[in-house]
Amino acid sequence: MRDVAVVGFAQAPAVRETHGTTNGVEMLVPVFHEVLGALGLTKSDIGFWCSGSSDYVAGRAFSFIAAVDAIGAFPPINESHVEADAAWACYEAWVKIQTGEVDVALVYGFGKSSAGKLRRVMTMQLDPYTVAPLWPDSLSVAGLQARAGLDRGAWTEQQMAEVAARSRADAKSNPRAQVKGDVSVEDLLARPYLADPLRRHDCAPITDGAAALVLAAGDRARELAERPAWITGIAHRVDSANLGGRDLTASPSTAGAAKAAGLDHKVDVAELHAPFTHQELVLRGALGLNGSRINPSGGALCGNPMFSAGLIRIGEAARQISSGQADRALAHATSGPALQHNLVCLMEGRD
Amino acid sequence: MTSLSAPLNVEFDYTRSLGPVLGRFITGLRDRRIEGIRGDDGRVHVPPVEYDPVTARKLTEWVEVAAAGTVRTWTWVSEPDEGQPLTRPFAWALIQLDGADTSMLHAVDVPSPDDIRTGMRVRVRWAADPVGSMHDIACFEPGEAVEAQAGQGEAVTMVTTPVRLAYTHSASAEETRYLDGLREGRLLGQRCPVCRKVYIPPRGACPTDGVPTVDEVELPDHGTVTTFCIVNVPFLGQRIAPPYVAAYVLLDGADIAFQHLILGCDASSVRMGMRVEAVWRPREEWQQSLANIDHFEPSGEPDAPFETYSQHL
Ligand SMILES: [Zn+2]
Repeated sequence: MRDVAVVGFAQAPAVRETHGTTNGVEMLVPVFHEVLGALGLTKSDIGFWCSGSSDYVAGRAFSFIAAVDAIGAFPPINESHVEADAAWACYEAWVKIQTGEVDVALVYGFGKSSAGKLRRVMTMQLDPYTVAPLWPDSLSVAGLQARAGLDRGAWTEQQMAEVAARSRADAKSNPRAQVKGDVSVEDLLARPYLADPLRRHDCAPITDGAAALVLAAGDRARELAERPAWITGIAHRVDSANLGGRDLTASPSTAGAAKAAGLDHKVDVAELHAPFTHQELVLRGALGLNGSRINPSGGALCGNPMFSAGLIRIGEAARQISSGQADRALAHATSGPALQHNLVCLMEGRD
Repeated sequence: MTSLSAPLNVEFDYTRSLGPVLGRFITGLRDRRIEGIRGDDGRVHVPPVEYDPVTARKLTEWVEVAAAGTVRTWTWVSEPDEGQPLTRPFAWALIQLDGADTSMLHAVDVPSPDDIRTGMRVRVRWAADPVGSMHDIACFEPGEAVEAQAGQGEAVTMVTTPVRLAYTHSASAEETRYLDGLREGRLLGQRCPVCRKVYIPPRGACPTDGVPTVDEVELPDHGTVTTFCIVNVPFLGQRIAPPYVAAYVLLDGADIAFQHLILGCDASSVRMGMRVEAVWRPREEWQQSLANIDHFEPSGEPDAPFETYSQHL
């Protein structure tokens, strides 16, 4: 295996609504400028580009093709796309570097969630024969999962609110966060339900955003970064699409991905892609994270740009390593309803 | 400046073939009967799965289950949305039918969240007019199963799901200036600060350099046909009787051609390099749209030499 590291990361501000188009160009141009500029790279240094986005979020076909304008893709570039969170584009880019074909790859994701009614757009990812025709939305599916854990005693509304309060407090130091501030658990629990048993603080906000991350191999990574975040393992696994056929209070695919990625020691920090408070509790259980710092960025609960929020977890975890605040970090990304599909990326700093 | 935006409503009726397993399940619902399928571990899956989730073996043993069961988890919907089973507030639930080992998602008709709980017994309320879809179960309601009048008919092989999604489509700042220009009968492109190419319509970033285009350039309403095709095939929504010509027109001073109609001459006389000019609709009809130009027609000038447009094909 080739040694591959995250050497650069940039993120657009997570905001409720941007005025740009759904093809993401306006959000991506400054993000590319920032991430390439910080590394002293130009587009000709990038051997492979890979993006994650969704035409359902954009409300138009082939929105990722229009997004390529932000790169300046003429003469032609080596490019690919996943209709999934860009964390999976990161996985593809990592594989591409493993083939030996390229040494440096740029991964990006974007989504203008505000363009449509996001909770309804997300229905399009459900089983199209027996579930989607009834139009349950993303909050309802998460609500079913949250209640399953509450009624079984796997977690409490208090613990869910504690996740929200901690996340918002941590997000105060994240200039890109959308939701931040000090709130008391008691105040949160006094607020009304949005989709009983979920309150507003249990759900990630609707966010427009984009992010980009640069991967590099071996010596190239050492040239580009003072302290590269070396990827020691990256893997993803999926659970059944049948919501009523699996235990919604557990995440065997997360545990499986972590095992495949080689999680066998404590990590200093973990960035978990949990768009709902109870999902962080599921993930912590599946990963056995005892004593690790969780989501110092505030996590997806404080800014959830669709199709880049998972990639941002990798970028934020890598930043903890490159800044010297952590030696070992775990990043997690999710896709699909109720944590169906999960990716785990382990990184370490080497001094 | 405020960018232009407009509602964009995307609608499509997805028609899907059900195949043998889901076809039998949906046919059963149409006939007021619920059937599951037994997995290799003995568990009965409702809705049925085509392959065992653990062994991946094709499953074939059908088991009829009851039209009543137990709520395993639920959530409350205070504002029902289009397409959902009920138009008044209701609960979604995962319901484990008697005889099944997995749960199915459906709506439960109860007046308030205080009237439902995990463990509650519910029964199917069948739709009055079944069509062969998940909506043949109108919803669930509290109670135990009652005998249903079974129907019978042709096997259901297809299911049609209408999908309607509403978006607000926003134009970029550059596109907004271009569209506002059209309303005044002006053709506004933009020049890339790096490669100096002129794009019309303008783009958020130069596709060669990846930088925003900033300098506005007003272009004339005449240009050159770079390439074209003769449309001979009638299609739904066609506004003009074939044959007619759809062409790429490169406006003088532009570096990118756009597609428009060439009328006012025999389709067979249109050629690469032909010089054309815009025919505008009456001024009172102008909107923020390229449709203000009804079509292009030959200007009568001599053809443009190939070298003048060879880089724009
Ligand atoms: Zn240019």
